[in-house]
Amino acid sequence: MNRPLLIALKSAVWLACLWPLGWLLWGAATNNLGPDPTATITFATGLATLRLLTLSLAITPVRRLLPRLGWLIKFRRLLGLFAFFYATLHLGTYVALYAGFDLNAMAADIAKRRFITIGLTAWLLLLPLAATSTSWSIRKLGGKRWNRLHRLVYLAAVCGVIHYWWQVKPGVLTPLTITVILGVLFAARPIQAWNQRRRFRAATA
Amino acid sequence: MLIGKPPDIPSSEITPRKLFDQYYNRRRFLRSALSTALAAGAAAVGAERLAEAVSPRVTVQAGTKLQTIYSPLTTTGEELTSFADITQYNNYYEFGVNKGDPSKNAGKLPTRPWTVRVEGKVKQPKTFDIDALLRLRPLEDRVYRHRCVEAWSMVIPWVGYSLSEFIRQCEPLPSVKFVQFLSYYDRKVEPWSYESTIYWPYSEGLRMDEAMHPLALLTFGLYGEVLPNQDGAPVRIVVPWKYGFKSAKSIVAVRFLDKQPPTTWNGMAPNEYGFYSNVNPNVDHPRWSQKTERRIGLPFYAQRRTTLIFNGYGDQIASLYNGMDLRRNF
Repeated sequence: MNRPLLIALKSAVWLACLWPLGWLLWGAATNNLGPDPTATITFATGLATLRLLTLSLAITPVRRLLPRLGWLIKFRRLLGLFAFFYATLHLGTYVALYAGFDLNAMAADIAKRRFITIGLTAWLLLLPLAATSTSWSIRKLGGKRWNRLHRLVYLAAVCGVIHYWWQVKPGVLTPLTITVILGVLFAARPIQAWNQRRRFRAATA
Repeated sequence: MLIGKPPDIPSSEITPRKLFDQYYNRRRFLRSALSTALAAGAAAVGAERLAEAVSPRVTVQAGTKLQTIYSPLTTTGEELTSFADITQYNNYYEFGVNKGDPSKNAGKLPTRPWTVRVEGKVKQPKTFDIDALLRLRPLEDRVYRHRCVEAWSMVIPWVGYSLSEFIRQCEPLPSVKFVQFLSYYDRKVEPWSYESTIYWPYSEGLRMDEAMHPLALLTFGLYGEVLPNQDGAPVRIVVPWKYGFKSAKSIVAVRFLDKQPPTTWNGMAPNEYGFYSNVNPNVDHPRWSQKTERRIGLPFYAQRRTTLIFNGYGDQIASLYNGMDLRRNF
């Protein structure tokens, strides 16, 4: 891919990733966040996190399926970091608008409420990944160790989806779509690995 | 050439919404006061006739004005939630699980003809036509706080009369201890009901003494108008000291029973939604705190407020629960 095209695409991805934040800021400025603005902010930031995390997890399977799209890897770090950015805003919403910065209330919530515990777990799992997202970190850790560390993203995504299910009322199926998509992406990895091995064996037999 | 006509009214003469509301409220107050005076005067003439006079022929559509009288049971000192928010932010899962869905989908609800079946332990099973129910008693303006179990709240000017007035007409037997309310359900009209795994129709219930309390309202309207469908048209109950889901919408049957009826959310998750479900800041929902709530329609930094025990109606209704462990009977 040539440089101007890459720059254009990166700008487009940046814009798309900033869209939910822009939408929220515009809504807040014009007092237009719906009847329950606190809930709107919470839902928008949470959903953006899960969507971006899912997109970043889709890149490897898509590259394996369509080798011509190999350049997609250039966007994975950006998507991952934006996922962490929205996860942090989501956490901030809880701290400010739900717990009102009350440390005791937060401690009680984390101990008592499993959907909050698992949500915080997901954020804590993303934290070291965001911290080691620089090229310098990759060099310092070495590709193998860096890769192993960044497998935590699967666990974070699972925690995120469970967090969503535990938050909705029993019987409500809204989290189903993102769960199925993530399920397909997770299943794709062993299937693709198995396929690759089979092809390799067939070629070397 | 000028296409279309310029507006007849210059914008300088259009009353701003805020002023309009003030005028409107004053007019309504005067009308209510007048009706109350009329009511007092006509009490001797016969309540039956009075009801006819106060609400003669009531038409059917949402938005139709209802004739109402003042009620001393109305809540004061609260700013009303806007009509737009009350009618566009709804939990009515038969019409979709998102808050904005019911206002889009509930137009399909056929509110006429409509009857309410009265069944179970009664002198004689009966069926009430909605128009007869509307004329049974004078309709009262009752502003109530509304606290959802999801920790948001509104202030809603309902229109109706005490549920007890209706129950008296049903002539329940002395053995009756509970009353069950069943909501309208038709999967063809409400295909959105499949968005959740809830077992329909929606069922709610009250203990008989709760149902007979004058604050429990048989409700036909809000903001002085016939209920919009998404708010539970054409008839629902409102039990202001309980979480919102106890206030069943679009009621088609009322059953008088000697034991506690199965109710929808309690059946879905008995550890999260108790049969009583009185608003109680001291008993948390297992997944979130009930100590505070978010008032609908305010900016995000101003929404949070303290939740009151029994939603602030303790003075009137706390005695219903004397000697009961509210933590166990949540």
